[in-house]
Parts: sequence; structure tokens; C-alpha cells
Amino acid sequence: MSRSVKLAAVALLCGVALAVANSRIEAQQIAAQAAAKTSSKLGLGRPALPDEIKAWDTDVRADGKGLPPGKGTVKQGDVIFQAQCASCHGEFGEGAGRWPVLSGGAGTLKADRPDKTIGSFWPDLSTAFDYIKRAMPYGNARSLSDDDVYALTAYLLSMNDIVKGENFELNDRNFTSIKMPNAAAFYDDDRETAEKQFWKKDPCMKDCRSAPKVTGRAISVDVTPDSKSGPKVD
Amino acid sequence: MSDKSSADILNRRKFLGAVGLAGAGAALGAKPAMAEGVKPDPLITEIQDWNRYLGDGVDKKPYGVPSKFEKNVIRRDVSWLTASPESSVNFTPLHELDGIITPSGLCFERHHSGVADINPAEHRLMINGLVDKPLVFTMDDIKRMPRMNKVYFLECAANSGMEWRGAQLNGCQFTHGMVHNVMYTGVSLKTLLDEAGLKPNAKWLMLEGADAAAMNRSLPIEKALNDCMLAFAMNGEALRPEQGYPLRAVIPGWEGNLWVKWIRRIEVGDQPWQTREETSKYTDLLADGRSRKHTFVMDAKSVVTNPSPQAPLKHKGRNVLSGLAWSGRGTVKRVDVSMDGGRNWQTARIDGPVFDKSLVRFYVDFDWNGQELMIQSRAMDSTGYVQPTKDELRKVRGVNSIYHNNGIQTWLVRSGGETENVEIG
Repeated sequence: MSRSVKLAAVALLCGVALAVANSRIEAQQIAAQAAAKTSSKLGLGRPALPDEIKAWDTDVRADGKGLPPGKGTVKQGDVIFQAQCASCHGEFGEGAGRWPVLSGGAGTLKADRPDKTIGSFWPDLSTAFDYIKRAMPYGNARSLSDDDVYALTAYLLSMNDIVKGENFELNDRNFTSIKMPNAAAFYDDDRETAEKQFWKKDPCMKDCRSAPKVTGRAISVDVTPDSKSGPKVD
Repeated sequence: MSDKSSADILNRRKFLGAVGLAGAGAALGAKPAMAEGVKPDPLITEIQDWNRYLGDGVDKKPYGVPSKFEKNVIRRDVSWLTASPESSVNFTPLHELDGIITPSGLCFERHHSGVADINPAEHRLMINGLVDKPLVFTMDDIKRMPRMNKVYFLECAANSGMEWRGAQLNGCQFTHGMVHNVMYTGVSLKTLLDEAGLKPNAKWLMLEGADAAAMNRSLPIEKALNDCMLAFAMNGEALRPEQGYPLRAVIPGWEGNLWVKWIRRIEVGDQPWQTREETSKYTDLLADGRSRKHTFVMDAKSVVTNPSPQAPLKHKGRNVLSGLAWSGRGTVKRVDVSMDGGRNWQTARIDGPVFDKSLVRFYVDFDWNGQELMIQSRAMDSTGYVQPTKDELRKVRGVNSIYHNNGIQTWLVRSGGETENVEIG
């Protein structure tokens, strides 16, 4: 086949293909319009079965919604904690390495280096239960029974002096009666009123401040994980 | 420059033998006349290996990787920040990039129990709670729904959090690299919720991941129905595993922790859950000992990426200053740049697309004669919010906030071109 004949053949094929494509698009548009008229739902997905919801719906809310039946004492929690948790969090929740500290810190929230722990900072006990049950122990998540989680939560309360005595039992009935020390100190985002000075019509462009002086340098802190070599200027 | 140590090139030299060597010799002998005081550049006058020998065939890298000369362009972590690499963060090399799109392989990672690697055929999404009909979707179901493409930035609320008390990390990769910007492809969250049908008392959602942390966070229903997505692709390809493959939440303009990766369940409820992430972590402790919660929106922010400590000035004369700006409240309207530590400002040139809740790229072309510079940038958004100085921010928030540090960054360029992260007063 000569070159010009080939080109003509290609052009012809393209023309045919375009015509076919156009008619397909029209058909699809008509079909889509028809579908939109008959149903606002896509009809995709299938009903979730009760056993499936039960397997995944393990979350526990601040008002206690989602708490499973169960119980555990401080003493039982201590045993589980030492076996499953202490290698990262320390025997008394004091933390090891850079793993989270779980106890202490009371009265430090206004300090220069606050200790934000379950006892000093967390507003809701449900958070501890929910998180332990879904994500702990680290690397072996969802291996604890509901009673284990009650016992561990009781031990955390004891470590933070929120309950007294190793015989204290936490269960699904007394759970929401426990009040966390810092619960009243949280309030909703108020930046749009508390920081309204940051909305400005015409920010300053000229002679906006006195001559700046360097007051701190990252290189003095020297914690950057990278080469410190300087450039050559041509 | 050619890489003489490359095994590939050595092998090709052996294979091609004497012909190639004779050619190189001939090229060495052919030196053109010299301009006064300027030696001819051998990169021009000598035939280079890549200009003579065959390169790789088409199938050598069937998914493509960057040039070996770009091996420095990588995410980096700060090992002392976290206890283990599975519950950690690394940082996007902002100083090595341009334009507004972050390459998928350089988007910073943050996981709580490592990267879940999930076969999409085995992934399920459940919607339950206050709905007419609890549903389970497969990835095939989701890919049959109407799709949308949107460019959004994703910023970790802790981005720049190490700088609250002063300049600490020397590089915009570390001070600002917990942000990236990609085009997401997916379905609107509203489409999915409509399939299940919301009960009248539906006020909040809980999003939950399929990873070993089963990451969960509460999301108000107004936001969910407004502009949120579940995405399965970014930058035209499937999500990367470290970005939540096969499915993740996209919560435009709001802190990255809400963008639950490997999302497997949405529970509909009438109040927030108070999960670990939204009580013990992503709340802002202020100087009076009280804390703001539900601080979802990321404030307007910007940073000069070049020059910066890892990308110092190398040349006197003409230079390009470049940076990124973004706002969780809308679009970036304007970016101003100061070279003298905030005394005087000029408006930078924004180039490239300006999308809602997306990064924008800005430039200032300038001449540098070796004088000391204190470089800053200041973003303004479509609501009139102006990025504050670090000191203005500290006045309202104290220094215990950890999150949402959007204060103006200062880079000190010294006479040799070295560039430092500094605090000024």
C-alpha cells in the first residue's frame, strides 16, 4: 500500500470511529438521563449483616454508647499491664524512651513543659477504653478481651489517683460515673472571634517594624538530621 | 557530568570496544578556538557517554523512577521525634519541588501503626449507625459511582509544631514539610451517605481506618456533606499504600489527621466520639491551661522554599525566590515577601493554578549582591485572613499548642549564601 493510500485509510477509519463514538455518547446521555429520572439512589452496595456490624462496630463514645458488657479490677489490670504494656509505658505508666507517658502531670498544664497524660489532660475515660480496645497492645491490636480492657482502664485510673485501691472494679454500669480531672477545660474552636485581629484589610507594606535582630538560631540547637555544609557562592 | 563508575556504562564500553574509544580520542583532539579568558567547556567540546552509547531500552523501568542524579530528593524523618518508625512521620522535600503538585512518592507519610498493605479486592467499606440502611461496599462498587477530580492540600496539624518555642530545625523540609498537594480522584462522601440514607438526628460521623491502629476521628455532618470525598487515586494513579491505598478520606482544608487512610467504616451518630486523636492529641493547649478542641481548619500559611537552609543561594546577581502558600478557609488571594525581616514588603507573583484549599506557587525575581537578607513570606486568603508573625501567634496561643503553628517563617541569608532558620525580635 502506498503511503498516501494508508493515510486515507486511517482517516476513513477515524471518521467511522468518531461517528460510532458520537452515537454511543448520545445513547449514554439518554440512558443516564433516564436513570436519573427513575431513581435518586445508585443501588450500589449491599446491606450490612448484623454479624458484620457487630465485628467492626466496637467504638465507645464519651456518653458510654458502645460499651460492651464486662468488668475488671485494678489488681487484674496491673497484671495485664506489666505483661502487655509496661515495656513501652513503664511499670507505673511513667513511659519508656519516647513512648507515651500515661500517668502523672497533674497541675502542669500551665507550666513551660506540661505533662499531658490520661490523668492530667484527657477529658473522657471512654477515650482510653476505645483506644486500648482498637489499637493496643502496639503490634498485636484487638488481642485483648473486653474484661481485659476494663481491667487495664481501671489500672490507668488507679495510676492517676482517680480511683483508690487495687480492688476497685470498673464495669459497664459504673463506667460513666467516673469524671476525669481536666474534663471542664476544653472548649470549641473560637479562632474566628478570639483571633479576629488576624483578619486585616490592608496589611502594612512599608516601615512596618523596627530593625529586626536575630534572637535564636536553629544551628545553635543543632538537632537537624542533615548535612551542615555550606554553599560556595560564585 | 558523566558517571564513570556506572556498571552499565562500563559494560557498554566493553561491548562496543575500540570503536568508541577511538571516537573519544578524536573528540579530545578537536578543540575550538578559545574566547579570551574563558576555557572551552569539555562538556561541550568532548563527546559524552550519553551522547554516544545506547541508553536503556523501553522496558528497563516499566513504572519509571526519577533520575539517579535526583537521589537526594527524598522524604526524610527526624528520628528523635517519635518512638518507632511505624508510628512516625517523614517530611516532603519542599525545597526540591516546584509548581503546585507534589509527586505521589514524595508526599509526607504519617502512620500510627505502620502502612497497611491491603488487596483492593479484599477491602470493604461499611456505613452504619444513624442510617436507613447499613451498607457494605466493595472497591468495585465505589468505582461505579459518579467521580470527581479535585486538587487539595493536606497539612498535618503538627506541621511547624517543633518551632513554637523557637527556631529548631534547619530546613523547610523539616519546619514545613508536613504538607502536600495532589489531585484526588474519588467519589463524594455525600453520594455514599445518600445511598445509606441519613436519619434526621445524624450530626456527626466517625471515620475509621483498616490499619492496625484502626485510626478513628469524628467529623461534623455539615462538612461531610459539603466537600468531602473518598479518594482511590491521586495524581492520576492509584493511591500509594502509604497514602491509604485502596481508599482514603479527603477532608479539604482541615487538619490531616481527619483524612483517615485505608478507610473501612463510617458510623453515623448524633455527637462526636472523643477519640484518642481528638482529645489527647489534636487539641490546642493554651497558656491558661485550657484547651481548644475541634480546631479542624488549617489557617492561611506560607513558606519560602528557595532559598532555604537546604537550598542556599549559590549565585550573586539574578536569583529566583520561590515559595508555597495555602489556606484551609478558601483560596490564597495574595502573598507578600519581605527581604528585611518584615520591615518592608512586596507582593509576590503567583503563577500556576489557584484552586480552593490548594497550594499556590509564588515567585519573586531579584538581584542579590551578597548582602544579608532576612526573608519572610505572608499569605492572605479569600476571607481576609492574614498570616500572623510567630510572636503575634504566641501572644494568643502561648507555646504549648503543638498544633496549628502558621506563624511567619524567617530565613537568614548570610553573605556567603548560607541560609539559616532563625527567630527574630
